[in-house]
Amino acid sequence: MEKELRLMKGNEAVAEAAIRAGADGYFGYPITPQSEILEYLMEAAPYNTTGMVVLQAESEVAAINMVYGGAACGKKVMTTSSSPGISLKQEGITYIAGAELPCLIVNVVRGGPGLGTIQPAQSDYFQATKGGGHGDYHLIVLAPASVQEMADFVELSFELAFKYRNPVMMLSDGAIGQMMEKVWLKPQKERSKTVPAWATTGKPPTRERIIITSLDLDPNGQEKFNQKLIAKYNEIKEKEVRYEELMCDDADYIFVAYGTSARVCMKSIQLARALGIKTGLLRPITLYPFPSKRLNELAGRVKMMVSVEMSAGQMVEDVMLSVNGKIPVYHFGRMGGIVTEPEEVVDFLKSKL
Amino acid sequence: MAEATGIKEIIKPENLVYKKTKVMTDNILSYCPGCGHGTAHRILAEIIEEEGLQSEAIGVSPVGCSVLLYEFIDIDWQEAAHGRAPALATAIKRLLPEKFVFTYQGDGDLAAIGTAETIHACNRGENILIIFINNGIYGMTGGQMAPTTLPGMKSSTSPYGRDVKIMGNPLKMTDIVATLPGTYYVTRQSVHTPANVKKTKKAMRKAVQYQKLNKGTCFIEIVSNCPSGWKMTPVEANKWMEANMFPFYPLGDLKVPEEPTAQTKTNSEKK
Repeated sequence: MEKELRLMKGNEAVAEAAIRAGADGYFGYPITPQSEILEYLMEAAPYNTTGMVVLQAESEVAAINMVYGGAACGKKVMTTSSSPGISLKQEGITYIAGAELPCLIVNVVRGGPGLGTIQPAQSDYFQATKGGGHGDYHLIVLAPASVQEMADFVELSFELAFKYRNPVMMLSDGAIGQMMEKVWLKPQKERSKTVPAWATTGKPPTRERIIITSLDLDPNGQEKFNQKLIAKYNEIKEKEVRYEELMCDDADYIFVAYGTSARVCMKSIQLARALGIKTGLLRPITLYPFPSKRLNELAGRVKMMVSVEMSAGQMVEDVMLSVNGKIPVYHFGRMGGIVTEPEEVVDFLKSKL
Repeated sequence: MAEATGIKEIIKPENLVYKKTKVMTDNILSYCPGCGHGTAHRILAEIIEEEGLQSEAIGVSPVGCSVLLYEFIDIDWQEAAHGRAPALATAIKRLLPEKFVFTYQGDGDLAAIGTAETIHACNRGENILIIFINNGIYGMTGGQMAPTTLPGMKSSTSPYGRDVKIMGNPLKMTDIVATLPGTYYVTRQSVHTPANVKKTKKAMRKAVQYQKLNKGTCFIEIVSNCPSGWKMTPVEANKWMEANMFPFYPLGDLKVPEEPTAQTKTNSEKK
């Protein structure tokens, strides 16, 4: 397969990109608005072509634990779900983080809490960026804002996951998962034949046995492990921050928004500038690590920031911490599965001027 | 004193006829005196050695008393979250189909929190071996009622005995999985006498062969004891197990392949 231009849903793009990235295994469970990923993979049947395993598990809990098993064999494995399903996966995710296993988890977010709605939302930001399950850990969190990024971030996620032996979450939402856009798909990659030294593959006589576990009954050992994780997260914060700036150079006001909200704000800055209000957009591409340093720099020369999210205000806390009191920071956004209108964002900004 | 000296003379390397299998590590077992886990571990390690599986085996250890199983058997291991071992094993076997993949789980792990993972792995016919140690109690956490605790049996969370009207009935997981089309070989054994140890070992050897032939899920329950949790001496515990556990969980095969293959015959004759 060569590089190819297709019109696809975000969900389909994830599935196709996973096959082309040479993924070894996908384990999923149906839930709206992301079931197309599993459906696409079952139809594509990559087990007949690349040898990629695709399995519909009995639950999200089982699916994430299959990911654990596959990842511990050194394989490129992934699962996808939407908010209520991601909550169920949290046990597995903390074990995966604790065992330092690489994998990709895609959350096509819908509104909550509880069963909530099936419409797009960004209300799982805290869960994604602050840990989600028990214990001190972080995922690397990527936030796609287009179908193209849904595709591109699959391979990027696997790269980061294996580089740091850390689970990566792609935090999408129902809008990006469901909408169709043109997408450039990369050529088919071969599945990797290299086996990481830490993987369980059966113990040859030449090496010690490998134990994949997150258990350390000795508190001193556990604390050392926690410190090791912190060092890893610090390195990730140092090297892996990704963001995009739009019209920030001369801006007096900055919208901070990711994913679908960033798309909305692209229109909002045009509308605001037409009114003579110089606004810009900072779009975090990595939500963890968060572009705190850049936001702090920008806070030195702009008058105000508005965190625009389809939530009750979650990322706004990270924006506030980044800005550290230098300038006022507000949150604005719709909830419950309602996508914010560009005009609403501008009206909110005007109300704070 | 004279007697002690005599023993010292007998305990010499050249007189050793019964040795630890190489597949067992030198780590000291973390189990209580009289517990069946140690014996079950040893049989498993012997099978791994005798069948030449040390470089092929990937084990999945549970949460419970045998959580540290990976310290005792010298193969590659994955430690699962409570109850999730069959899900891990599913992915391991599908991604590395040439390897020998098994789980080792207690009754709390397998029959309570891991019920769904167990039933669905068995129903899909995952080509793995599930070893299920059933001692009718949560040992690790201090003797609480398990899904397998017998009616009337006392535990720290059924201090007046398990009243099934209030606490529900014990669950016979092995009987359930035997009804599923994905299981190939389902048996219930014990390890409390040399004769039973031999039978259990034979069952494990069969399971190894069936996995090589991609036959589906093999499921071996080992009805075991918990002297500490049952608050009995090891001897009392074994007697109590025979008198109370075995009538409720009868030993023997629950599902056997209709036609044993030539390869199986050869190996069971091999000893």
